[in-house]
Amino acid sequence: MEEGERVGLIGPSGCGKSTLAKVLSGMLCPQAGEVRLDEKPLPKKGYRPVQLIFQHPEQAVDPKWRMEQILNEGYFPDRDLLNALGIEKEWLIRYPRELSGGELQRFCIARALGPKTRFLLCDEISTMLDPITQAQLWELLLHCSEKRGMGLLVITHNRALAERVCTRIVKFEDLNGKGEETHAKK
Amino acid sequence: MENQTLLTIEDLSVQFVSAGIRTTALSGLSLTAKEGEILAVVGASGAGKSLLAHAVLGLLPKNAQVTGRMTYKGQVLNEKTLPRLRGKEITLIPQSVTYLDPLMPVGRQVYYPMNKQEGRAKTAALFEEYGLSPEVMKKYPFELSGGMTRRVLFSAAVLSGAKLLLADEPTPGLSRETARHVLRHLRAFAKEGRAVLLITHDLDLAVECADRVAVLYAGTLLETAPACDFAADGAALRHPYSQSLWNALPQNGFHPVTGNMPSPGERVESCPFAPRCPKKTALCREKPVPLRPLRGGTVRCIHAT
Repeated sequence: MEEGERVGLIGPSGCGKSTLAKVLSGMLCPQAGEVRLDEKPLPKKGYRPVQLIFQHPEQAVDPKWRMEQILNEGYFPDRDLLNALGIEKEWLIRYPRELSGGELQRFCIARALGPKTRFLLCDEISTMLDPITQAQLWELLLHCSEKRGMGLLVITHNRALAERVCTRIVKFEDLNGKGEETHAKK
Repeated sequence: MENQTLLTIEDLSVQFVSAGIRTTALSGLSLTAKEGEILAVVGASGAGKSLLAHAVLGLLPKNAQVTGRMTYKGQVLNEKTLPRLRGKEITLIPQSVTYLDPLMPVGRQVYYPMNKQEGRAKTAALFEEYGLSPEVMKKYPFELSGGMTRRVLFSAAVLSGAKLLLADEPTPGLSRETARHVLRHLRAFAKEGRAVLLITHDLDLAVECADRVAVLYAGTLLETAPACDFAADGAALRHPYSQSLWNALPQNGFHPVTGNMPSPGERVESCPFAPRCPKKTALCREKPVPLRPLRGGTVRCIHAT
């Protein structure tokens, strides 16, 4: 992936898309092969420049922490970002179960957008959201991606969504050394 | 031919009382579901969709206060009648796959209310229809994929012989083709003269498979519309929120609307969408907006024509 490139990854369930995302972010170690960023292996310590956002935000946060603590675990997101994400001040003192899925997902996005994030892996991040919340989140992510030159890997079942947000679409089954299908949107 | 109305909901409200604080989760909801029809209930998470299904089944937690009237075939639904109807006439296809007993083989979970021999034969036949091999009968829930579990839950609902099916988010996480397959099953149920209440946040799938669509927002029903009104730029729709929802789909413009849906604690009596609505006027914030019939559907908006 190039800097600031937005790649859509599509394929049937169970084919390995989420596992690939975990490997690319450094959460899982590959048995063979290597993931390189700027021609160097991913850093093993410190801030992870490749961040992963999951489909179910309620499974990605500590249920016993307040939202403020969850939000500031990796870095301190500024108020502008929180406003852009529609995160309201009174949500910060709540616990995860006191927020809806869409509201929680905004926190998961905010905490992954640290200044050192170079690539964001989005694994079905808007599947459980209504269309308006989905469009809100993607508007912000596209804006961040353009402003910072941050790359996006968009894993989704929703072809229309991939065509909307990506510069290139890849079928998972084509990743085994074969060519890539390309659909340039812009 | 006029089909019989199975479920009638009139002015349903659900409030929760916790630590002396009362929050309204559903307010003034009126709906009907007829034999042979799929009625989709759509809305954002937290709009009250699952709550509606649980209210119909009488499965709300103890601190819930329910007002309004619900009838099934003219019979009032209450704590006396529901235990007889639940699981026999009215059944739920649950949202989460955790509704299965982890310690019982899935086949037995489908037929255990029935005579063993007959139940086993019928379950095997259903499993075959749904493309589940006979060995699946003996498997435990943890051994099944999400899609297989969903088909097991469907089998249980069909075997119960219920006339009214409440399907709570049956499609998330499934690929488009698998989701369509699931929805074809729902259509088959309806064709047999059942009524299906399809609860989903997936608007394009709802529009594709349902006869009518009910749109919920912040615990309030804003519109019911024939599914075919969700087309082109949404001009046939009655409420600005339904139009915004439709035009936010990636294939229809991908237009976001700023702001958030009010949470239960901060709900107001007037139109809950007014703060975000492109057509709002001072009148929208003044008093509660009643639900009224309009062009073969219903709407809760003073500006709708």
